[in-house]
Amino acid sequence: MSETTSMIKGRNPLRAATSGVRDRWAAAPGWQRWIVYAVLFVLALLLPSDSLAPIMSPYSDWASVLFFPIGTFVVLAIGLNVVVGQAGLLDLGYVAFFAIGGYSMALLGTKLGLNFWEILIAGVILSAVSGVVLGAPTLRLRGDYLAIVTLGFGEIVRQTAENTDAIGGPRGIAGIPHPPSIDGVEIFGVQIFHYGVLDPRPYYYLLVVVATAIIILVKRWEKSRVGRAWAAIREDEDAAEVMGVPTFKFKLLAFAIGASIGGAMGVVWAGKTISINPNDFLFMLSATILAAVVLGGSGNIPGVILGAFLVAWLPERFRGLSDYRILAFGAALVVLMIFRPEGILPSRRRKAELEEGTGGMGSMGAEVPGTEAQPVSEGASK
Amino acid sequence: MLLEVDDIHVHYGKIEAIKGVSLQVDAGEIVTLIGANGAGKTTTLKTISGLRPLTSGRVRFDGQDISRLAGHRRVMVGIGQSPEGRGVFPGMTVTENLMMGAYTRKGDLSKDLDEVFELFPRLAERRNQAGGTMSGGEQQMVAIGRALMSKPKVLLLDEPSMGLAPMLVAQIFTIIKEINNRGTTVLLVEQNAQQALQLAHRAYVLETGRVVKSAPAADLLDDPQVRAAYLGGELGAH
Repeated sequence: MSETTSMIKGRNPLRAATSGVRDRWAAAPGWQRWIVYAVLFVLALLLPSDSLAPIMSPYSDWASVLFFPIGTFVVLAIGLNVVVGQAGLLDLGYVAFFAIGGYSMALLGTKLGLNFWEILIAGVILSAVSGVVLGAPTLRLRGDYLAIVTLGFGEIVRQTAENTDAIGGPRGIAGIPHPPSIDGVEIFGVQIFHYGVLDPRPYYYLLVVVATAIIILVKRWEKSRVGRAWAAIREDEDAAEVMGVPTFKFKLLAFAIGASIGGAMGVVWAGKTISINPNDFLFMLSATILAAVVLGGSGNIPGVILGAFLVAWLPERFRGLSDYRILAFGAALVVLMIFRPEGILPSRRRKAELEEGTGGMGSMGAEVPGTEAQPVSEGASK
Repeated sequence: MLLEVDDIHVHYGKIEAIKGVSLQVDAGEIVTLIGANGAGKTTTLKTISGLRPLTSGRVRFDGQDISRLAGHRRVMVGIGQSPEGRGVFPGMTVTENLMMGAYTRKGDLSKDLDEVFELFPRLAERRNQAGGTMSGGEQQMVAIGRALMSKPKVLLLDEPSMGLAPMLVAQIFTIIKEINNRGTTVLLVEQNAQQALQLAHRAYVLETGRVVKSAPAADLLDDPQVRAAYLGGELGAH
């Protein structure tokens, strides 16, 4: 690695600096890292402060913006990153799982009267199952073909919601209950467990806790045998199979995990928003989250979080420019992809993959065998 | 008989790529499959390692019918493959690549790792370099070493000489001989017929999805038909 690092250092000073920080971080002992994690967690909790609000969000309520879109996009991007960044499967219908989580919250809350925490568990299970249902027949496809099928799935879910009167049709569902409040816990004048209509901050704190739990889980997976298998599949699926990696099973697992994260976020989001309808789950949202993942640095969790933050925050920050902000935003994405195609904060491994021209997103359109070209995997042999 | 392929047919969609290939590999042998582009050499190898489903026929390994066994399970029964175009994981270091080869194995693997590094000293020097940044020859070494890490009974090699300089080809072939001397059976697919025939014990000649000839490798080197088709035009063909 020393040779590659010095090569990178020679290229430009910014890269040298980030690479130095990374070496330092990689060599840091565990307790130092945990201190940094704890500080970051506290900083995240302090974000909705009134002193930051006029700088960060002059046009809309900062704490609300932090919950949606910023926090929501961050969690969704972390979930999509498992599928796209880690397992290298291009999913263009990720919004479907967010919708399934949202509708779980809405339906189970209004019709069955379950409380938020029960629905959170149910929603995660339901979306994981839907991930498997989508994945089992489609994960035999690769690259572009998988992308097309997932794109279709996203639309099918939305159209089904729109055309099923039992779940509100195009009007959606209103009167979704909030999470149960615990009153009386007050810190700095904020009732942190009071989930009402007026103060968005308790919801934001809830989201930070959920996001932290998800990040810890995803990080653990990344470093396990499962993570190694995903990396191998992303970099060369056939080679992974002949190394003894059950590729189909691990792709399905990535789909299920990604789906449950999307579903969990759907439940949390619907728990705040009171009413949902099918137009909350447009393809545009899938595309935006994918942009966040690619822009930030597919496969690298800090990068993905940064990407999601920027994608969510920039259009809100420049709301004053009205519709031109989308134009500027699009231009910014194009410029970034020209000068930094690997994303703002890519993982080192991803960088090497891109230099080689294969791996993960690199296989988009590169090697696309037809349906018959699947390996004889477990599913196929049944 | 360690590996027995019995009248296999393989289709890509409606096109029949393999039209009834049968071959046998005995324990301890080096067997080579030669033939022109599109003869079905790689497809045959992929069918043996489970990357391609077969339409009919049988693949037997160690007395067991593995025709319908998933690819990743065939690694566990003892089939190791260095895939077409090397298939090195570009983002992983050399050591990580080799350790991926031992994905199905548990316990202490440092001895196996040392053995691969002894076989390929070049890889030991570059053990922390990313696979994608290495030269073609080095990547080929990684691919072969990685396949060895699963402790295969038979090693399937798909065109190890592809895209390499002549000196490197000679080096890789010497190492294949050494691997075989240490007790691993080798099934080698090659376009470089001359060198493959010099190395192998027996050979099969494939033409448009069929075996047209099978004989001891030394005999084929002298066979006028084979000489004309695969050995004479060597320079012109590549």
